Amino acid sequence: MKTVDARGLSCPEPVILLRKAMASKESAYTVLVDNAVSKENVTRAAQHQGYKVSVSEKDGEYTLSITR
Amino acid sequence: METDVKLTKLASCAGCGAKVGAGTLVQLLEGFRTHKDPRLIVGYDRSDDASVYVLDENTALVQTTDFFPPIVGAPYLYGQIAAANALSDVYAMGGEPKLALNILCVSERMEDKTVQEILRGGYDKVYEAGAIISGGHTIQGAEPIYGLAVSGFVHPKKVLTNSGALPGDRLLLTKPLGIGILTTAAKADLVEAPLLDRVYRQMATLNKTARDIMVQYPVHSCTDVTGFALLGHSYEMAQGSGCTIHIQTDQVPWHPEAYEFADMGFVPAGAYRNRNYAEKGVKVVGQVPRALQDIFFDPQTSGGLLMALPEEAAKDCLAELQKRIPEAREIGYVTEKMDADIYLE
Repeated sequence: MKTVDARGLSCPEPVILLRKAMASKESAYTVLVDNAVSKENVTRAAQHQGYKVSVSEKDGEYTLSITR
Repeated sequence: METDVKLTKLASCAGCGAKVGAGTLVQLLEGFRTHKDPRLIVGYDRSDDASVYVLDENTALVQTTDFFPPIVGAPYLYGQIAAANALSDVYAMGGEPKLALNILCVSERMEDKTVQEILRGGYDKVYEAGAIISGGHTIQGAEPIYGLAVSGFVHPKKVLTNSGALPGDRLLLTKPLGIGILTTAAKADLVEAPLLDRVYRQMATLNKTARDIMVQYPVHSCTDVTGFALLGHSYEMAQGSGCTIHIQTDQVPWHPEAYEFADMGFVPAGAYRNRNYAEKGVKVVGQVPRALQDIFFDPQTSGGLLMALPEEAAKDCLAELQKRIPEAREIGYVTEKMDADIYLE
């Protein structure tokens, strides 16, 4: 499983990082973001690629678990 | 083609997407002291495109300013787009721009040639508008910024505010939507050059032609669709006019490529801000897919004019517009106030 740390980045950087990471076609990824817009956009990017997404939030930081 | 210095890499957010949310602005502007003057017929107590001050019975002064960080990498194009966008607010009031002042912030990382090209873009657009750049102000800062403060004139009885729409009016829109999403996807190098060229040309196109045709018809209300997106600006028009605006989603012009980019997560932050601001006034009738809603909430840089006018005139005006602006469409209609400001149907 690959982790993408996109904290401190704003749109569209987190989506770009996830897309690069997804080139390796793994079955699961974890993405860290620190704003609601990135959470939404990364979720949609992952769903568009056919992945399922679950989100947990702690102190304004979001952890997105992305699985096939 | 000019060299692309990737000005956008120096900017943290793009074009009108950099605009502070409408909700935030309303709060920020509350409670300040201002002189009352009956000649100021459109001021900042109204959420309109420009302020209008009556000089005499035939002339009113229209004033506005607009500026933003680079939305494209090529400086000449950026200058043109920023200028077209700033001039648009005068057109949206039904006016003609006459004088403009440059507003410029240069970063240390920019070469003189780049700065010159930005300004050349601005000068060329202002020239095309028939107006004159009469001065300006330049500072240094971390991020480039360019735009104009524009003064123009309009007949006081022919001022087109965003609060004059009447039940029975039809709505016309003169430029297709999706600019914010496409320029966001362009940052990931996903947009093919021919489409990107079309998008850039669209942004650099003055709303002068649309305005010149519009003023020949009995238009009740007009605004330009920019940072607050189709739905944010429609929301302001509906609230200001005390009416409900019905948007016929299958009639609205938008760049088809924006749809998939929205689903791929290339939705600019400004679209989320616009949704937060206007969503409470929007009622969705039937199925409007999420990506299409994103396009309707998508901040436009130098977007088209949105005008409200009676049905019969709208037909003639649209026919006239489409001769010069083939993308212009009738996108909806206005009714008495219903249980929502906007119906998406």
